Amino acid sequence: MTESTIHFYPKEPLIALVGNPNCGKTSIFNLLTGGKQKVANYAGVTVERKEGKLVLNQQVLRILDLPGVYSLYPRSLDEHITCNVLLGRATGEKKPDLVLCVLDATNLRRSLRLVLALKRMGLPCIVVLNMMDVAQKRGLNINVTQLAKELHLPVVSTIGVESKGDHALREKLKEIDLSKSGLNELVEVTNQSPSYQTEADNQVVQNILKKLGLDQQIADPISDQLDRTLLHPILGPLILFVVLFFIFQAVFTWAAYPMELIKSVTDGISQLILENFPDNWIRSLLVYGVIAGAGGVLVFLPQILILFFFILILEESGYLPRAAYLLDRMMGSVGLSGRSFIPLLSSFACAIPGIMATRTITNARDRLVTILIAPLMTCSARLPVYALLIGAFIPSRELPIGIDLQGLVLFSLYLSGIVGAMIVAWVLKKIANSKTSFHPLMMELPSYHFPSLKNVAIGLWQRLFIFLHRVGGTILFLTIALWFLASFPHPPTGAEGPAIEYSLAGMLGKLLATILSPIGFNWEISIALVPGMAAREVVVSSLGTVYALAGQAGDTAEALTPLIQHSWSLATALSLLAWFVFAPQCLSTIAAVKRETGGYKIPAIILTYLFLLAYLASYITYHVALSLGWG
Amino acid sequence: MKLDQLSNNITKRVKRVDHDELLPEIAHQLEEIGFIPGERVMVMRRNLLGGDPLMVRVGLSTFALRKKEAALIEVEDLSDHD
Repeated sequence: MTESTIHFYPKEPLIALVGNPNCGKTSIFNLLTGGKQKVANYAGVTVERKEGKLVLNQQVLRILDLPGVYSLYPRSLDEHITCNVLLGRATGEKKPDLVLCVLDATNLRRSLRLVLALKRMGLPCIVVLNMMDVAQKRGLNINVTQLAKELHLPVVSTIGVESKGDHALREKLKEIDLSKSGLNELVEVTNQSPSYQTEADNQVVQNILKKLGLDQQIADPISDQLDRTLLHPILGPLILFVVLFFIFQAVFTWAAYPMELIKSVTDGISQLILENFPDNWIRSLLVYGVIAGAGGVLVFLPQILILFFFILILEESGYLPRAAYLLDRMMGSVGLSGRSFIPLLSSFACAIPGIMATRTITNARDRLVTILIAPLMTCSARLPVYALLIGAFIPSRELPIGIDLQGLVLFSLYLSGIVGAMIVAWVLKKIANSKTSFHPLMMELPSYHFPSLKNVAIGLWQRLFIFLHRVGGTILFLTIALWFLASFPHPPTGAEGPAIEYSLAGMLGKLLATILSPIGFNWEISIALVPGMAAREVVVSSLGTVYALAGQAGDTAEALTPLIQHSWSLATALSLLAWFVFAPQCLSTIAAVKRETGGYKIPAIILTYLFLLAYLASYITYHVALSLGWG
Repeated sequence: MKLDQLSNNITKRVKRVDHDELLPEIAHQLEEIGFIPGERVMVMRRNLLGGDPLMVRVGLSTFALRKKEAALIEVEDLSDHD
């Protein structure tokens, strides 16, 4: 995730999107802003901040997507952010000039309460009635004109999942006079205090719904039908397992071709440089530093995109919270609630958004345990490491019923992380006095939606951008730094063996290897682990650089796979895989934990216990493998 | 009757949410997400082991609630009037 604080106030009008969770707010945001989005964090807190630009009548409008809220009574961190932004109190954020209150047309009762609360705040407001298509399909005919009259606010209807679904909203925005006085006309002067008044608001909402003839409830029959199968007590968990298993298979099998393509392109480029440049340090830096390093990580882009594709589809469709529902019982047995499932699932992409997502867990202890085990979920940065090692050491063999051995090993690595996390949570439950603890769940199961391809595409685009940003930033920087460490000082004249052994990196690696050799790591691995602390996938690029430089003054940047196949035993490879299941090889995660828990205690605990766990797991794996004759 | 005692697929109405001294936040949150007096409520399904959590329909929304949360919600028959 890109993380930066925003501290400037551009002069363009700021339009904020407010709405309940699951009301399709993000779809509207995507429709209005298209690809012109910027994802960052709010100042001081790790709440994701999404801003985009919309150009209408040659005027640039800044559109801000606020976290989804049920009310404006600040309780959770998300609600604090939304309220503070709306009140103009958020650090580094100006008060919005206009608020678009997005309502789920199929659930007016709940979303209208939010409109009433917004009105009391005295902000210029347009009501956006989203999911009108779904509402109509369910026989809900909402009279937009009458609703506007009742609310004394402009109301437009939208369909978030259609490409031109925001037409009416755009027209309305063109129509509106965005100057100060023009906007003030959209404020209804009320004498009510902006306090918390659920009961009174509910009466008002009830009256409005009655006048519009909408006080009958019609639930979504299709969702109920689907839930009968997908949440079936026995079928449900089975389907969930199959879905997850299928995803891991797809990550390997679908990515094979695009990965070959990227590899042949990077190989081609380094070949070209080797043939056309004189043999000097610049050529070495380019080929053994930049291309062997950054190129080595780039190869795993297809797998990461495929994984995110599935996560986005599951998220968009509304299946994710149902998976949490199904797993709640299991999580309960180790002292967690199903609420922890979504942060933990996000951690499969990256532990940082996962740790950020724990703020939706209201119970402080549950939140802490979730943060403690989130790094055990296999994040996408481990994927390059796993992919490299599995590709090199596990044969691609077809097992019965079309299961691939490599995919199976990958699945079991993910499973090891999950089982490890469950054990840790269980131990923590045993240690802690959990007599008084109460684990709230209270999680909405939204109606199923057909995933909008546009939203999935935008989500993938953001991932692609973040990944390339990392490759071009942190990863490239560290690979070059490592290249320097591994190239200097030069070996003394007459020295034997590869030059890297005399370099700073070589010396450091050998020092570390004394600690790591009991778990089967040679000095090349040991040195690659150090820059890997910044980002796990850097280990792959570092190994690329270390081995390229350790090569026999070769003329070609040989691919990493055959190199490690020759120089590592299977036991070493398995041990390294076990290491990566547990090791806290990521300083950004530790930094995120520090920010979220507000101190050094929890990060220190995480670092210690994960390193110990990793060492133990690798030690056992290595020695079991040795005894099986895989040394 | 409390919501956690209600059999599946029977529609009732929310009477009130107990503001349990131990869990004041929970009661507020339940109200915010829609458990408001007069709202129609129904237990749609329960998980296999021990029936926890419950899948509850309130108004037009669907929530997963744990038994303890559901136990804070008092329900009454649709025909009952205050």
